[in-house]
Amino acid sequence: MEIYLDNSSTTKVRKEVLNEIIDINENYYGNPSSIHRKGLEIEKKITQARKSVAKILNAKQEEIYFTAGGTESNNIAIYGLLGNLNDNNNIITTKIEHPSVYNIFKYFEKKVNVKYLNTDEQGKINLDELLSFVDENTSLVSIMLVNNEIGTIQDINKVVELVKSKNKKTKIHVDAIQAYGKIKIDVNKTMVDTISFSSHKIHGPKGVGGLYIRHNTKLTPSIFGGNQEKGVRPGTENTPNIVGFGKACELVYENFEEEQKKLYDLKQEYAKRLIDEIENIKINSCLNEIDGAPHILNVSFKNIRGEVLVHYLENLGIYVSTGSACSSKAKTDNRILSAINLNPDYLDGTIRISLGYFNSFDEIEYVVKSIKKSVEEIRNIMKM
Amino acid sequence: MYNIVAVSFGEIFLKGKNRGTFESKLIEKIRFALKEFKDVKVYKELGKVYIETMHEEDMENIIEKTKKVFGIVTLIPSIKIEKNEEIIIEKVMELFKYLLQKQNIKTFKIKTKRGDKKFPIRSMELSALLGEKILNEFKEVTVDIHNPDVEVEVDIKVSCYISSERIKGAGGLPLGTSGRALLLLSGGIDSPVAGYMIARRGVEIDALYFHTYPFTSERANEKVKHLKEILEDYCGKFKLYAINILEIHKAIKQHCKEEETTILARRFMMRLAEKLANEQGIEMLITGESLGQVASQTMKSMVVIENSIDMPILKPVIGMDKTEIMEIARKIGTYDTSIEPFDDCCSVFAPNHPLIKPKLESILKSEGNLDIDELIEKVYSTLEIL
Repeated sequence: MEIYLDNSSTTKVRKEVLNEIIDINENYYGNPSSIHRKGLEIEKKITQARKSVAKILNAKQEEIYFTAGGTESNNIAIYGLLGNLNDNNNIITTKIEHPSVYNIFKYFEKKVNVKYLNTDEQGKINLDELLSFVDENTSLVSIMLVNNEIGTIQDINKVVELVKSKNKKTKIHVDAIQAYGKIKIDVNKTMVDTISFSSHKIHGPKGVGGLYIRHNTKLTPSIFGGNQEKGVRPGTENTPNIVGFGKACELVYENFEEEQKKLYDLKQEYAKRLIDEIENIKINSCLNEIDGAPHILNVSFKNIRGEVLVHYLENLGIYVSTGSACSSKAKTDNRILSAINLNPDYLDGTIRISLGYFNSFDEIEYVVKSIKKSVEEIRNIMKM
Repeated sequence: MYNIVAVSFGEIFLKGKNRGTFESKLIEKIRFALKEFKDVKVYKELGKVYIETMHEEDMENIIEKTKKVFGIVTLIPSIKIEKNEEIIIEKVMELFKYLLQKQNIKTFKIKTKRGDKKFPIRSMELSALLGEKILNEFKEVTVDIHNPDVEVEVDIKVSCYISSERIKGAGGLPLGTSGRALLLLSGGIDSPVAGYMIARRGVEIDALYFHTYPFTSERANEKVKHLKEILEDYCGKFKLYAINILEIHKAIKQHCKEEETTILARRFMMRLAEKLANEQGIEMLITGESLGQVASQTMKSMVVIENSIDMPILKPVIGMDKTEIMEIARKIGTYDTSIEPFDDCCSVFAPNHPLIKPKLESILKSEGNLDIDELIEKVYSTLEIL
């Protein structure tokens, strides 16, 4: 028995994607920069993949750049947008960003004024606070579309409207790594400058990601080399994985509504069953479809240790994750759970169930029963 | 540069009649440590042990491995050549040039030993000749026979050996010359050092590790396995046993006072270690205890803990400060692994205010609430070799 419920960490590659990756390695092993036919044939495959990736965002293929993954996309975008900073500038992000954004902003504290937006208990940013932060010197706002631990969706269109109402020149970056392929994104409606996303969160291979850069937006380069990806990300293309990523996007696109509905239904069913079966439980994720992503369900249990529960469940063939780590030296220190002001009694007992293509309704019964049994056992031991 | 290492062992000479046993044990251990290298010979000649390789490029790694073999006091990397004046001059110059690149040299001395009296040039003459060649070639250096920066030694025996550097070995006694002991290995800094120090006295070790999975992570097991691999460079291959003591912690939590948890748990660990040692024919235990470092390592705590078993316990770091233990951990390469954040015991089972002056009577009374034999049997059944 193996039930993988850690799809926000990474996902299992789909068979169709794997076949594509093998095919490229075996038959299309050329370098797209080569002028001979072997180069041309893989270049065509890459173009095809770029189209498939662009479709998820309703973007033009010329606006898509392949990178080595989400962290790299965030770095290239944020560094690139901050190329002409001066001392008077300020930049804005949230307290619940992923480290690949948060730590860049931390680094820039040495150079400029950095402001961090608070969130409410659902993880939604405060739009009034955003309005008060933006001024004529704001050069960048970076906000994640879906939070990786609790799944909260931010109203990016509203963010764009508010930011542009105060400063038309302010650039906007969106970390959409947990959102890409999971919720609808349309770059014609969401007028941001750059969007980062990753392949391995949607059943594609690891080591490849992408960056959307709006036509006319200029990035200062942070990596130097050849002219691959128009200089945004030089270096010989990771061709098999790029084509695999394209395939994963095709599969997502074909069944988007159906798959999204399945994930929401699964998530809601898990939430309902857990609340029914287990006492002293708190659902930290938004269950409605406007504020919560379909695949992330963050749950806290009073008086347990999330890490211990993870180990109990792995023994039962169930894989979930925890944002907290039990250590004798320090109590849980989780930036995101602290930001949403989670009750301290619940903080240590938090796990994240994250769903994907391979999950099904058949699993729910066993998973809920297993969580119930494990939570009871851990509570028994802890209160002895 | 070097094609041979002369190995000297200090204390072995003190062992009188046992010397032969120690030497052959040492040669066996050196051969084992160097088994990954091709075309290496380890042999005894005129009372010295030599390691000779046909591949000079391996020498640096050979020295690194040999430095970890207990019983060796000094390693002398040397150039072995035939006894021919011209070749000796050439190689001495080559070595001197190499040493100049490695360190700052202002003064030098040449020392010749002529064990083979048939060699036509006398020691003093050869030293003078070589000194002159160096002075002519390298204008920046001068001779200082009392306190030179480097001393180049030319030793004329069956062959000729040219050397200068002296490298400190691990010291101690060759493994397997003093019996076996069972190390209580946690993921911490102290216990690997304790194992190293006892092994250094020639003792072969096996190790026992206690965990509380699923209250601890499988990564904690991996961490201890990694520590074992690092120690094996010194201690040779050994067995790492693991026992899951979650049931004991559960029983203690249920039936005993919280502040007694650590003492009670340690008494169980000692019993389990003694049981395993007896079954394996091992005579002593080793712990990484350092007097007063934590609550369970006060004099009174140790008296109460050790009261649970009869087997003697070796505690090589008992009188050391934490910083001194850390220094050895860094030297032997276990430190970085020890400080990884995976604990062998979950803080759920660590009392907020552990006893530092436990009383044996009250501990025995608490143990009266537990079925000790049954608990031992129960957790002992989880024994595995990692």
